[in-house]
Amino acid sequence: METFSLLIDGFAIAIEPLNLTLVIAGVTVGLFIGAMPGLGSVNGVAILLPMTFMVPPTSAIIFLAAIYYGAMYGGAISSIMLGIPGASTAVATTFDGRPMALKGMADKALVAAAAASFVGGTISIVLFTLFALPLAGVALAFGPPETFALMVLAFATFIGLAGDDIPKTLFSIFIGLVFSSVGLDIISGEPRLIFGDLSGFYHGINFLVLAIGIYGIGEMLWTIEVSKGGVLMSKATVTFRRVLDSLGELRSSAKTMVMGSFLGYFVGILPAAGATPGSLMAYGVAKSMAKDPGSFGKGNVDGVVAPEAANNAASTGSMLPMLTLGIPGSPTTAILLGGMVIWGLEPGPLVFVNHPDFVWGLIASLYVANLFALLINIGFIPAFIGVLKLPFTVLAPIIFVLCVIGGYVPTQDMHDVWLMLIFGVVGYLMRKLDYPMAPAVLAIVLGPLAEPALRQSLIGSHGDAMIFFERPISGTIMLVAIVLFVLPLTKIVIRLWKRAACTNPR
Amino acid sequence: MRVAELVMALVLAVFSIYLMWKSTELPIGWLPGEGPGGGAFPFWLSLGMLACCISIIVRWVAKASPPSRSTEPFMTPETVKWFLLVAGSLTAMIALIHVIGVYGAVPLFLVYYVRFLGRHGWATTLTLALCIPVAAFFFFEIALKKTLPKGFTEPLFYPLYDIFL
Repeated sequence: METFSLLIDGFAIAIEPLNLTLVIAGVTVGLFIGAMPGLGSVNGVAILLPMTFMVPPTSAIIFLAAIYYGAMYGGAISSIMLGIPGASTAVATTFDGRPMALKGMADKALVAAAAASFVGGTISIVLFTLFALPLAGVALAFGPPETFALMVLAFATFIGLAGDDIPKTLFSIFIGLVFSSVGLDIISGEPRLIFGDLSGFYHGINFLVLAIGIYGIGEMLWTIEVSKGGVLMSKATVTFRRVLDSLGELRSSAKTMVMGSFLGYFVGILPAAGATPGSLMAYGVAKSMAKDPGSFGKGNVDGVVAPEAANNAASTGSMLPMLTLGIPGSPTTAILLGGMVIWGLEPGPLVFVNHPDFVWGLIASLYVANLFALLINIGFIPAFIGVLKLPFTVLAPIIFVLCVIGGYVPTQDMHDVWLMLIFGVVGYLMRKLDYPMAPAVLAIVLGPLAEPALRQSLIGSHGDAMIFFERPISGTIMLVAIVLFVLPLTKIVIRLWKRAACTNPR
Repeated sequence: MRVAELVMALVLAVFSIYLMWKSTELPIGWLPGEGPGGGAFPFWLSLGMLACCISIIVRWVAKASPPSRSTEPFMTPETVKWFLLVAGSLTAMIALIHVIGVYGAVPLFLVYYVRFLGRHGWATTLTLALCIPVAAFFFFEIALKKTLPKGFTEPLFYPLYDIFL
């Protein structure tokens, strides 16, 4: 009941003229950003965050969340029309979306993607609304050891997802944490890691500098390398009649949509997992659930529906730990979390107590954003297709200029712009060698929260690290983290063991 | 690719050692009554970075990671050309901002990129080169009240400030 009345208050905030305008603007911008190959929600949120300083925090997060949301819808558009995922979250959508477009069913795929996104979004927002208060209540009992244990869990999930190259993922986490400790030491107040005595390092390395460097400049350099070849457009005919017919045919995919939504939501909640693994898993499950798994990859509409429902559900899911626990569920929420710090809000359960308007305004705005994203998406499909024809040589310089100005504005220091360029170039070169970059961005956001939690815990326990294991909640979280950390190692051991068994049959 | 993998790991290893050395400027041990010293957190993490680099090099020797097996070049001559053109012009733009400010450097960059890298017509080029700085001025300086760097062109903007602020 309390949830319901708070939600009503939230709606009052979400439909204020300014916020409503921002939702519509955010969703539209997000759709375009998501639709452009190479740009996803992370890039959009990272590049546009500096521009939200003119509005109050609640409006700012509503705008950014709408971009996040819109980008999840938009990612499907280039996956289907170009066969290039608009964002990593839409990779699974290309598997069946592209074949459908090649068969002349592009409009059907686009409508299916939009409808699935809407269902995924709606189910996940309802779940979000129901879970938010109880989880925040639990989180209120957290002290520094629990906070630190949660951070360890967030990093452990990254390692669990890393696949083969664990050292590179670990490296990325460590370097992000070290960069987060540049500046003045929070406890002693002494300057620390001031490279070359440059005064610009005294205010620390702003996470936005790293995020825009990697997701703006680095991503552009990467896309310029990949997109040198011509881009192939699919033809699409979109009429009102065909849209209605396609919607009618989607009834058979209802089960897949619901499955994708729930799966995506729960994968999204896991720290650091986010929408990309969520959508890939949903695709896999849809395929194994289907009566005719052979038709997947050749243009089965369920292969579009499952990942699209899942990636929208996951984007909402990943906001749950961000709001309640103060740890991000995806790279995009890591940037939103950094934004909350800049806006002067302490992330974590206390936000629910101290800033209920912020939390519930955001939650209610997600309902609104979901509706508008559907309407704008279906209404603007022809326009999006036009934007995809915009040459990259026009788009890229505009984004570069936005990055440079966006890197300058938060601190008004050219030092940060140079640093951003260096991060972008080095990040691009490292990415070519399979160094994952998302963990570094996550780490630079979490570093300033993790270090004090660690040091306060150790001061409290007089240097005994067992404090993280002796307290029930932090002990449990640490245990889960250790399991996640050890799991990929055991997989490697088992594989080696099997390989040895194969080569020596006796 | 194989060479690049090793070079990158070695460079990062040297960087890790530098970070470790830099962290020791603050106490890295246990301070009685204060807990871990200010340098402890970055020091141990840098040590972790070094350990990762060593492990990457070990995997390189064992050819365990995909880049260490790859025979493809790290960058083809075509890629190098684009990388240098784009990253170079970006660097030049940022350097020029110090001298002629955002409103001088950004149009120059756009003209260079759209006209000479993108080979678009002058109409497209000039529209972009004029509209983007004007939009940036109104958005950042007027709406957000965040002044952008202008180098020696600063005095030219005083009349505009008088009108809009």
